[in-house]
Amino acid sequence: MKIVLENLTKKFGTVVGVDDISLTIEDGEFVAFLGPSGCGKTTTLLMIAGIYRPTAGIIRFDDRVINQVPPRDRNIGMVFQSYALYPHMTVFGNIAYPLKLKKVPKEEQAERVREVAAKMGIANLLDRRPAQLSGGQQQRVALGRALVKQPDVLLFDEPLSNLDARLRLSMRGEIRHLQKELGITAVYVTHDQVEAMTMADRIAVMNLGKLQAFDTPDDLYDRPKTLFIAGFVGNPPMNFLEVEVQREGDTFYAVNSALRVPVPAERGEAAARHGGQVIMGIRPEDITISETGTVRGEVFVVEPLGRDDLLDVHLDAANRLSVLADPAVHLRAGDTVTLALDTRKVQFFDPQTELSLLWR
Amino acid sequence: MASAASSASAIARSRSQAMRARLTAYGFLAPAGFLVLVFFFIPMLLILFLSITNLATTNFTTDVWRMATSRDPKYIVGLDNFERMFADEFAPKILFNTLFYVLATLLLFNVGLGLVIALLTAHVDRRAGFLFRALWILPRITSPAVYILMWKRIVAASPFGILNQFNELLGRPEANYFQGEAWVFIVMLNGFIGASFGMIIFTSAIESIPKDLMNASLVDGSTIMQRVRYVILPLLRWPLLFVTTYQTLSLLTSFEYILLFNSGGPASQTEVWSLAAYNRALNTYFANAQWGYGSAFAVVLVIIGVVMATVYMRVFRFNELVAEPKIEVL
Repeated sequence: MKIVLENLTKKFGTVVGVDDISLTIEDGEFVAFLGPSGCGKTTTLLMIAGIYRPTAGIIRFDDRVINQVPPRDRNIGMVFQSYALYPHMTVFGNIAYPLKLKKVPKEEQAERVREVAAKMGIANLLDRRPAQLSGGQQQRVALGRALVKQPDVLLFDEPLSNLDARLRLSMRGEIRHLQKELGITAVYVTHDQVEAMTMADRIAVMNLGKLQAFDTPDDLYDRPKTLFIAGFVGNPPMNFLEVEVQREGDTFYAVNSALRVPVPAERGEAAARHGGQVIMGIRPEDITISETGTVRGEVFVVEPLGRDDLLDVHLDAANRLSVLADPAVHLRAGDTVTLALDTRKVQFFDPQTELSLLWR
Repeated sequence: MASAASSASAIARSRSQAMRARLTAYGFLAPAGFLVLVFFFIPMLLILFLSITNLATTNFTTDVWRMATSRDPKYIVGLDNFERMFADEFAPKILFNTLFYVLATLLLFNVGLGLVIALLTAHVDRRAGFLFRALWILPRITSPAVYILMWKRIVAASPFGILNQFNELLGRPEANYFQGEAWVFIVMLNGFIGASFGMIIFTSAIESIPKDLMNASLVDGSTIMQRVRYVILPLLRWPLLFVTTYQTLSLLTSFEYILLFNSGGPASQTEVWSLAAYNRALNTYFANAQWGYGSAFAVVLVIIGVVMATVYMRVFRFNELVAEPKIEVL
């Protein structure tokens, strides 16, 4: 099932929840809506589900406009962050509920519930009640209930947020695997960019009700079109420095009070063409601590992450960089370091419009 | 040695702290406890005592202590009042009236209509629902005398009665609503007020159902009515039980609207047990208030109430519903 959103808008009174969003989700695609809380991603999902009516714009399933179609006629399955299992029904009752409403014969209900339960690995829990299940088991029941009616569209509203970290990792893979195996179009709302990056074919980044970008994870990471996306995608987040790009012969240099580093010609040229102050973005993993480095700074804070130490390095009063360092080096706050910047993937943004000077 | 002594004194100190904490707790309970004692418990004992006397206007005395200790058969009549009550030709009718009144009002209005209003107002615009419920609760905070005055004006004989004015307009004969339809109006005028209690309890229970659960049901394919049937109503089980039990007990003892409306009507037509107790004890035509006999009626009501409350608390598993205190140390 293809899902098309055209100029979709939702207002709550005078508050704009979703602001003029247009995008197309292809049949069988896994799309994540990613954004900070309050960005309108869940509101968009609830409009696709039919819980909210759009204030303006059109939602299409394939070619059919479904704005006025009630949720029960949309053939969707949905998984909620709170699982939303019916506490007074058994696991069997919960999974069978959509079938019961569809008036599927009793024997077929039982058969299909067993089938789904076996697939989800909860066949031995069918006579329990939700309160007797662990979070992970409840999540599987919720997923089973969404899948049992063989939906055309699967909707996920932050389904893994309430699980512990290890379970979240394994469920991520499982949901992804199921979705590909069944070939069901999926929309997945999350504020966790790692989840979005690892699971989705394409990611719709939202902020303040607006669609910031709709791209593959690689494109978002390597070719961010706005300053917001560059800062939002990637962990630890990208560093931003105000620089001026100057041309000397065939070489372009990014220059400010704390540094002077060469940048690739085609990127530097775009920034130089804009002229004046631009914002340069460089990811922490592209910065290394090196004897041969050209940028000097003082370590301000050390955050041990396990595999790496995350350093907050102050170059001068106005310029600071997040840097990943080998914990074996045992750097401490107050140490002076020299940094080498790998500028091959450096980004440039217009400080006024916050749009990329490289990608559009 | 020294450490043993210090730990002993530490124990003594913590004991005196615990004692002080307990005293503080009782201190906080004291005002409420005092009210319960004076206005609920002592009156019940007095009623029990009065029910074995034949105290009335005719043998009035203020020296209750002398009366109580005299064992004078002029006052102390043992179970005579109860024998007389069971022999009373109106008693079976009054008992039946009470059952009818409680069940009809409870099922149709206090639970039934309360639930319907709660469900309807939960499904409309929030502000509209709130406004409707606020309006519906107005009679409850209106003086019963004023409220009944309005009802009496509705059903009065022409030319004052509103219903009879309509009858006249439609060319129908004048009706005496105090005769044939007395029960209809008594159940209605009690129920309109009674429904607001359930309405509030059910509304808050419906609103506390998680939004996700409500949405999940729609996504799973239910209509609004199916969601009410399969999701909302099962989740209202406890509030339903609570309103049912609480309102049963409260209806058993409520008679003020009947009293004001028609005083129970001629020949105990709409007299209920609590009204009967009131009429016997305090309200007679010949100014002969039979406090002793009325108290016997009241005692029966107390017994029914205590039995039902006990049964309900068992059914409710009351102890499981009461949460552990959140504050353990004062």
